[in-house]
Amino acid sequence: MLNLSHLSKTYADGTRALTDINLSVRESEIVALIGGSGCGKTTLLRLIAGLDRASAGAIRLDGETIHEPHPAVGIVFQEPRLLPWLTVADNVAFGLDHLDRNERKARVAHALEKIGLAEHGTRWPRDLSGGQQQRVAIARAFVMHPKVLLLDEPFSALDAFTRASLHEHLLGLWEETRPTVVLVTHDVQEAVTLADRAIIMQPKPGRIFDELPLALARPRDRAALPFESAVRRVLAALDQSLNPVQASPQRERDREAAALWW
Amino acid sequence: MTGQGTIQSPRQGWSSPQGAAALAAPSPAGKRRAFDGRALLGFFLPVGIALLWEAAVHFGLAQGRLVPPPSRIAATLWALARTGELWTHASATLWRILAGFVIGAGAGIAVGALSGSSETLRRVLDPTLQALRAIPSIAWVPLFILWLGIFEASKVALIAVGVFFPVYLGIAGAILSVDRKLVEVGRVFRLSRAKLARRILLPAVLPEAVIALRSGLGLGFMFVVAAEFMGASEGLGYLLVDGQQMGKPDQILAAIIAFALLGKAADSLLVFGTRPLVRWQDVARERL
Ligand SMILES: Nc1ncnc2c1ncn2[C@@H]1O[C@H](COP(=O)(O)OP(=O)(O)O)[C@@H](O)[C@H]1O
Ligand SMILES: [Mg+2]
Repeated sequence: MLNLSHLSKTYADGTRALTDINLSVRESEIVALIGGSGCGKTTLLRLIAGLDRASAGAIRLDGETIHEPHPAVGIVFQEPRLLPWLTVADNVAFGLDHLDRNERKARVAHALEKIGLAEHGTRWPRDLSGGQQQRVAIARAFVMHPKVLLLDEPFSALDAFTRASLHEHLLGLWEETRPTVVLVTHDVQEAVTLADRAIIMQPKPGRIFDELPLALARPRDRAALPFESAVRRVLAALDQSLNPVQASPQRERDREAAALWW
Repeated sequence: MTGQGTIQSPRQGWSSPQGAAALAAPSPAGKRRAFDGRALLGFFLPVGIALLWEAAVHFGLAQGRLVPPPSRIAATLWALARTGELWTHASATLWRILAGFVIGAGAGIAVGALSGSSETLRRVLDPTLQALRAIPSIAWVPLFILWLGIFEASKVALIAVGVFFPVYLGIAGAILSVDRKLVEVGRVFRLSRAKLARRILLPAVLPEAVIALRSGLGLGFMFVVAAEFMGASEGLGYLLVDGQQMGKPDQILAAIIAFALLGKAADSLLVFGTRPLVRWQDVARERL
């Protein structure tokens, strides 16, 4: 289990990027962090990845405190960040030094197949489209079999079609090792497609505003009513987070009605 | 010296990515592009002038005493080659360049790597080196002669100094400009410092390192001439001086042509030898 308690981060320039974040993520749970820019979403992932130090509070993974990159935690950044001098297959194999050659090859080949790039192993990253590059980045994280996988708006630069197919690739990979996933996204549809729970964040200082369970059966049908009503609930909560003063009883009732609806 | 930025601004001048890609290996590797007839246009001017001059001398319109016609230069070159003189001089020159290049580039890589990878070392080393760089390198000649004598050692030292600075600047600048985001990938995968250097920093700086070595080599060729001017009994630079003293412009031009050919050959060899290291850049270049 991933546990964040009283986590705060104030940058050297005084920016309070996060204050008092408390969050527990179950094993194999997929959690979506939603919120506008500046809510501290990236900061939160960087803390969990051990790339930055928290100003206060603690991050624990199965009881173990994280304060530097941990072998069981993987991250996919907003940009693919592939190493341009390595082929696609070598990029995927980047963290697999400790395996022997055959095992490494097998794991890479399997991952490439899962992301639909089996034929592209010998190509250079620059030969791939943005969506393909991002898939390689996801495969590079997955082959490590992380317990926790952090995804920072990995699909935000892509068009809607590419995004939908990447969601399937992602879930396909997730099924295999079922890591805990923390996914940052701007896209409510994406959150409802992928996550078991939506965490809505607010800026200045960055904090958690609300959380909503998204306990829909998988595979999820975007056209089905439960999906749509879940999207609406998340949108309603987002509206409220943007405009909390106007959180009138009317809105509350809308929200309850929406909840009843599904 | 030619177009090196200071290490504080490594992206200036020709260390821009496209420039880097183009310079790290000028012609497309692998797939050859279809031959483009327009490339021949570049020959139009020099060949035309050479033919005109040849004709002018041939028909007595000009004497060609100070500016010999191409045929006479070719004959001189051929005579020098046949007697073996050309090889003696060329190999003396090449040997000096090689020694100076190895020493200068080796030192440039080592010091550049130190200065590029440690803030503290950079603060210690860089100001002094920048100050030394401001001295025209030829100004060292008298000192080198006093210290090292008039034979090979002082010549090699001068060439090494000429090679050192562009290599130092190029390497330090390349390390400083490595994408921090890729370094972070190394951190995520928990690479040790040594592995980070080998698996991320080294490949990231290679293209710019090749450019630095190429400009170092170019300066090596420049400085070998200066070195051989200061008194040599063999070498292409000696042929130049000798041609001037004996009033043989054809010999001077023959030596210049030999320099040009050797310089181009050495540069191509360097590009060819380092191509496997920067092969991944070919893709980018073909798209330019
Ligand atoms: N390295 C940094 N130094 C100072 N302030 C930062 C730094 N990184 C982010 N911030 C600030 O912290 C806040 C949260 O940023 P970030 O975590 O990137 O938000 P998000 O990913 O939700 O857009 C923003 O106000 C941002 O300007
Ligand atoms: Mg962000």
